Amino acid sequence: MANDTQLDLWEVFIQSRAGNHHIHAGSVHASDRQMALQNARDIYTRRNEGSSIWVVPAKYVTASNPDDADMFFDPANDKIYRHPTFYVMPEGAKQI
Amino acid sequence: MFPTATETSFQEKVDQDLNIEPKDHMPENYRLHLIRQISQHAHSEVIGMQPEGNWITRAPSLRAKQILLAKIQDEGGHGLYLYSAAETLGISREEMIEQLHSGKAKYSNIFNYPSLTWADIGAIGWLVDGAAIVNQVSLQRTSYGPYARAMVRICKEESFHQRQGYEIMAKMMKGIPAQREMAQDAMNRWWWPALMMFGPHDSDSPHSGNAFKWKIKRKSNDELRQRFIDKTVPQAELIGLAIPDKDLKWNEAKQGYDHGEINWAEFKQVISGNGPCNKQRMAHHVKYHEEGAWVREAGAAYSKQIQENK
Repeated sequence: MANDTQLDLWEVFIQSRAGNHHIHAGSVHASDRQMALQNARDIYTRRNEGSSIWVVPAKYVTASNPDDADMFFDPANDKIYRHPTFYVMPEGAKQI
Repeated sequence: MFPTATETSFQEKVDQDLNIEPKDHMPENYRLHLIRQISQHAHSEVIGMQPEGNWITRAPSLRAKQILLAKIQDEGGHGLYLYSAAETLGISREEMIEQLHSGKAKYSNIFNYPSLTWADIGAIGWLVDGAAIVNQVSLQRTSYGPYARAMVRICKEESFHQRQGYEIMAKMMKGIPAQREMAQDAMNRWWWPALMMFGPHDSDSPHSGNAFKWKIKRKSNDELRQRFIDKTVPQAELIGLAIPDKDLKWNEAKQGYDHGEINWAEFKQVISGNGPCNKQRMAHHVKYHEEGAWVREAGAAYSKQIQENK
């Protein structure tokens, strides 16, 4: 079988209803963006799971490296003053 | 041999019930085990469309036809979720199809049996999908993230499949004697192959050791088979179908049914290519894959054209 292409890989993000985030649902194979959208609709929204779909060529997704996760996410760990619970409120203070 | 540092951290994650994701370190045999299992699962969904497709044009009502079409479309979708999950392990869709056609990759043995009457569509939905659900519910907690997520989605959709099958059987059992006979005949032919779907007994299961250690598998073949039997027998009794097993009886001590011996010689015959439909299933898949080549080529040509014209 010559040139048995299965077409390009696209990642699919679905918004379940207006106001929600688009969330990764899976992937599809397609030759172009229109086919990717139609395939994503047929594969991931057969039961009203979506009101909007994004498709992104998988080759354009850049992902962080799990090996570097400790180092990469470290700067967030020592800044607990970013959380509201860090602060001492005077006793009796309300609605804050 | 001592485990290396990365193997240790892999196993630590698994032991803590953390999912393994595509870019994480994993032992090569974990990767290969998953590719084998997930691609076999995907091929089963796709090949499973054939025995049901056999009845689309002969469905007894428009309602039945619409339902069957929707179900078969779901099976195709399930195959695609699973192919995508397998691809995250570094095997291409092309390779998986090639392995299916060359016989290197298997699909579930159950689809090598023919769907002879409309009652078979009921039996497939109720028993075959019913058995698949028991297995897939347990796989929702499998250790590989993309596989587990595909299973969650599939399980949500499968319960419609099982209920539509049971509805067909229940309806036929309320019909004329010929319909009841047809339903019982389907039951007789599908019961044992459905039990075989869970694979060999635990004492005789070649792939289990690492599968448990790596938490790919959460429940053993015999545990899952028992669960299926215990929930299915009362469903059969409710609509008046007999279980074709003279040794089946309730075991008060284990709070489950004991069943008769499974014909593993038949299982081995079918799995090694001598089932009633092995050749037909594969010939059909190869034929339509090859006849569809022009669609994929046209898609690729169109994609190239729009990129050049940018």
